[in-house]
Amino acid sequence: MGQFFNVQDLGAIAPELELMLFGMILLIADLLVEDKKWLGFISLGGIAWSGYFLWRLHGIEVSAYSGLLVIDQFSWFFKLLFLLAAALTIAVSLKYLDIEKEHHGEYYALIMFATMAMMFMAGAMDLITLYISLETMAIATYVLVGFLRGNQRSNEASLKYFLLGAFSSGILLYGMSLLYGMTGSTRLTDIADALDQRSLNDPVSLIALVTISTGIFFKIAAVPFHQWTPDAYEGAPTSITAYMSVAVKAASFAMLIRVFMIALYPLRPHWVAILTAVSVLTMTVGNIAAMTQTNIKRMLAYSSISHAGYILLGIIAGNPTGLTAIPIYLFAYTFTNIGVWAVVVALRRKDIIGEQIDDLNGLIYKQPTAAVLMLIFLLSLAGMPPTAGFIGKYFLFAGLVETQHSTLAIIAVLNAAVSMYFYLRVVVAMFMKESNEKTGLSLSPGILVAMGVALIFTLWIGIYPDPFINLARQAVFLG
Amino acid sequence: MDFFRQHILSIVAFWPLAGMFVLLFMNKENKTLIRWWANLVVLSGFLVSLPLWFWFDRASSDKMQFVERVPWIQSLGADFHVGIDGITLLLIMLTTFLGPLAMLSSWTAIENRVKEYYAFMLMLQTGMLGVFISLDFFMFYVFWEVMLVPMYFLIGVWGGPRRLYAAIKFFLYTLVGSVLLLLGILALYFIYPTIALQHADIAAQFGTMPTFNILAFHAMAPYLPYNFQWWVFLAFFVGFAIKVPMFPFHTWLPDAHVEAPTAGSVILAGVLLKMGTYGFLRFSLPILPTATVHFIPMMMTLAVIAIVYGALVAMMQPDMKKLVAYSSVSHMGFVMLGMFALNPNGLNGSIVQQINHGISTGALFLIVGIIYERRHTREISQFGGLSTVMPVYATIFLIMTMSSIGLPLLNGFIGEFTIMMGALQASIWYAVFGGSGIVLGAAYMLWLYQRTMFGKNENPANQKLLDLNLRELATLVPLIIVAFWIGLYPAPLFKILDKPVNKLVETVNPDYFKGETPRNAKVVTPAGETR
Repeated sequence: MGQFFNVQDLGAIAPELELMLFGMILLIADLLVEDKKWLGFISLGGIAWSGYFLWRLHGIEVSAYSGLLVIDQFSWFFKLLFLLAAALTIAVSLKYLDIEKEHHGEYYALIMFATMAMMFMAGAMDLITLYISLETMAIATYVLVGFLRGNQRSNEASLKYFLLGAFSSGILLYGMSLLYGMTGSTRLTDIADALDQRSLNDPVSLIALVTISTGIFFKIAAVPFHQWTPDAYEGAPTSITAYMSVAVKAASFAMLIRVFMIALYPLRPHWVAILTAVSVLTMTVGNIAAMTQTNIKRMLAYSSISHAGYILLGIIAGNPTGLTAIPIYLFAYTFTNIGVWAVVVALRRKDIIGEQIDDLNGLIYKQPTAAVLMLIFLLSLAGMPPTAGFIGKYFLFAGLVETQHSTLAIIAVLNAAVSMYFYLRVVVAMFMKESNEKTGLSLSPGILVAMGVALIFTLWIGIYPDPFINLARQAVFLG
Repeated sequence: MDFFRQHILSIVAFWPLAGMFVLLFMNKENKTLIRWWANLVVLSGFLVSLPLWFWFDRASSDKMQFVERVPWIQSLGADFHVGIDGITLLLIMLTTFLGPLAMLSSWTAIENRVKEYYAFMLMLQTGMLGVFISLDFFMFYVFWEVMLVPMYFLIGVWGGPRRLYAAIKFFLYTLVGSVLLLLGILALYFIYPTIALQHADIAAQFGTMPTFNILAFHAMAPYLPYNFQWWVFLAFFVGFAIKVPMFPFHTWLPDAHVEAPTAGSVILAGVLLKMGTYGFLRFSLPILPTATVHFIPMMMTLAVIAIVYGALVAMMQPDMKKLVAYSSVSHMGFVMLGMFALNPNGLNGSIVQQINHGISTGALFLIVGIIYERRHTREISQFGGLSTVMPVYATIFLIMTMSSIGLPLLNGFIGEFTIMMGALQASIWYAVFGGSGIVLGAAYMLWLYQRTMFGKNENPANQKLLDLNLRELATLVPLIIVAFWIGLYPAPLFKILDKPVNKLVETVNPDYFKGETPRNAKVVTPAGETR
């Protein structure tokens, strides 16, 4: 063992360092810049620069900081996802924050910090790194959820999210301490080796498994630990809801895959049973609850819960097809969902809260392009070809069929069909109802760009998915 | 010309879609231009598809022709792979033929959101053609699903008072079927490499990588284990039976038909329902032959129930359109009856009857639509004695009624007669119940005709009705011509169908040619043991 870290290690975390640097710059610039919109552009520049460094790390596989962090295809893929999600979120936020009259520089800085933390999460190979990056992300998100200081719901959402988040982190940490106690190491690979030596039904490892799963289920909003989601999603600034539903969720899944597929892999028979039950519950409860919502933010919150249930299917199948499904699904889901949320963000106009499904009534008459784009995004969420969502679902279902999880496959596809019902409610509002007010959506250039990017990827992944499939395949062969 | 000939199927299928993209750039206020354009696109689409009829090599009508194959999603083994045999040739001609007529019928019926309407109609046309030409299961599934969206909008936006309910019911019902179908497709996809590795001839022809190639699936059919076939058949059954629709999955159909605009009903009855039967013909029968034979009693029973039940319910309907809709359930029952008789007569009749049903039910929906446009009601009790004010209309209605109930000289007779021959060969009981359906069919159709066309024209609202105008005549006359053509000289159809049908019978029911009926035929599993 040489020194704890060397200079090359800094190169490995260059993208993260860029984000942190720009986060700091934003905090200072906030004091100097009057028009806060420019801070948004600065942060976009930071993300682009970080993306450049990330691009240069493509294909490199190294372990940094004596094994605390790893740079591999898996983390590379997720980091790309986080950067894209952050960039699109910022594009969507520019005008929205003005309308909410809460345009402050900290907003962008917090997004930068949260994204940085997620990138560390994706690369973490050690429980300590994992936990610290998770908390960094979570704390930044708590603040962002409560960013509308004058808004009671935003404050309530933030407090709720914070309390439950802290609680679940505690449970997670408890499980991690048990693992450390049993195995004497915080390194994921060491834990796996040690668990391999123990009997499969060792009670302590089971308790560790259950507590860690519980903690992670909170983070990915799986049933029965999903109760915070609708409230937090509803109260948060809509742009942050978008960010949470894609980036925070994807980061939690990155953590879940690392922990389950590496550290806890020896316990696979046990956790497959747990995940199966949770996945079925999550899909079903999410979809059924979504049907009855009239608030579009709550509906999409439940929809995002059910999507977490689908993604778990990939880990349950556990074969190359199923594992490939997870990055593809997350990628597809990110773009699609950002597209949907961009429309919801645009619903917030001066003096109009715009959160009911009814607020979209007759959109086709007012802004046909937005309505058609929203239609495509919703179809993608429901998994209709030829959109990105179908390719994601295709891989999930294919994984299940290939591993002969027939019953689970049938439950999953029926859920997918049922979910169409509540997505169609939005379509009905947009295309088949008369509009009740004159004002259209507040489509700022930022939102239009985000929707355009989302559309391109939604259709591209849907019609010619080959490049993305290859990317995802490289990502999941964890080494 | 060579280019055209090599890519004719893609051109035919994507012609309407290309037209739709041009249409999107038109000013939505300029309704006349949009109408002309959309009609021109589908009409030229029909003309473009005509060479298929003439270039199709009838001597090898059981082989795939006009094949094009381009790699698409290589990491999945999904290709852009199209081709048609005799069965699909007829279905494609039916689609391109009905398209312009349906389009023309909406000229005055659709007044609001004209641009969207025609865009969806064109999209639908491409979706349907895509389903029929696909030789790749992945591609097939994409088209199969894509088609739901425009149909959903046609019902949901331009439909009747309960359109939202009907549209969502249609969508969800078919979607549930489709996703189960997807599972069946995936099961085949994953079992293929195992089978290909065991059988050198398949591996040599189609490779050992997982594939969605339908022809490869056809080739591996004899080696599929019975248990596996049973499950996949069930998945396919739900997917296709909902689309047909077979009893008891038919409940979406009356709602969808009644609420859909006229053109939507025409396309729905004329082409969309055929996708279900086509699915059985192309996938269930040849890929899962052993399971098919096993499921004969269930399928025949459901078909017979659909025939009788559909006819009885149709008789009681007070609404003309609903009556025609339930008659569809009954007629599709005939199609299924003939198909699962699993002999050449039954299958030939089944396919011809699919075409006939497209012609006559399509025409009946047009006829109901014409009267609805004039009176804004379809209640049978509102009408009576219309033949005095609308003689031409009454004549055409009569011809189509006769076609629907299977009067000799008209198309319906040919289909029903061949189906009944096939059913009789399979079992006398199926034929008896099927035959009662024909009688009931005559009853409800003639009763409908009598109540609306004959008697005294007493309702003042009906006394000044205008007879058909030129455009309406143009939508109906081609259908009449085809009805007579099939009725008088069906040989060209049978010539096209003979070979593919015989090939199908050889796969599913090889004992037939040895003089046994499937009922007492022994099911021989691939391993050789007798069940």
